[in-house]
Amino acid sequence: MRWMWIDRFLEFRSGQSARALKNLSLAEDYFGDHFPGYPVMPACLMLEGLAQTGGILVGEANDFRDNVVLAKVPHARFLRDVLAGEQLIYEVEISYLREEGSSVQGRICVGGEVAAEAEIFFAHVDPARAQQVFGRARFVFGGELQRMLDHVRDLKQRTKAEG
Amino acid sequence: MQTQEQIYSKVSATLVEALNVDEDEINPGSTLQGDLGAESIDFLDIVFRLEREFGIKIPRGELFPESIFQGDPEFVQNGRVTEKGLSELRARMPFADLKQFESSPELSNLSELFTVDLITRYIQGKLNNNN
Repeated sequence: MRWMWIDRFLEFRSGQSARALKNLSLAEDYFGDHFPGYPVMPACLMLEGLAQTGGILVGEANDFRDNVVLAKVPHARFLRDVLAGEQLIYEVEISYLREEGSSVQGRICVGGEVAAEAEIFFAHVDPARAQQVFGRARFVFGGELQRMLDHVRDLKQRTKAEG
Repeated sequence: MQTQEQIYSKVSATLVEALNVDEDEINPGSTLQGDLGAESIDFLDIVFRLEREFGIKIPRGELFPESIFQGDPEFVQNGRVTEKGLSELRARMPFADLKQFESSPELSNLSELFTVDLITRYIQGKLNNNN
């Protein structure tokens, strides 16, 4: 399974905030089981998408020097089901950013309604140490995301140009 | 000027948020790891929340030093903190109450220094220095 839960970024303000979009297609694998006849996106995957948006935001702020590891979700609230055919907008804002870790406040909007809110914590781990601890596991900043990041850089340039 | 009780009550509220514990589980002597179940990432969470709550800056490693002894044999021998190690602790953490630890300075007892009281004393010191 491709572990990307963002389709594209809509807005990217380096070191501050980001908005990203995810379209839910009925063709996604997990809808087969979750649930037959009622294709609802699992809350943990919504959280993963929000964390990917936040992880890229804080990773970029540190020039991707460290691996950004989802470390803790102190609070999360899910307010409504999100079904196949809907579109999620992930919005994250950096609350804290330090060398050793960061936290973001995030929410997910669907059709103008807030579908979820969460606070997410990241630990920043230097890549050599991450390799030691986690082995060769692919991190958020691996291949597939690299392409997403190129897109983010373009978007950043454009946002800058538009002031 | 905040009294010690006021600081303690804000520290407790911070720990309720960061560690998802009930307020009545928290006592001045509760240890963060042993009694309140804090894990490593929680320490950073606590630092962020304390900074916000008290409007102070807590430099990395000041409240929760990551590695004081660095495996230095002058500081630790046979799992016990040496006299030199204890001086290092006093210098790095003047806000820690080392009395009990000094009577049995096993390295494995180190985490027991990190109590709710320790945070309260640290914050009190910070606020006094700011004034």
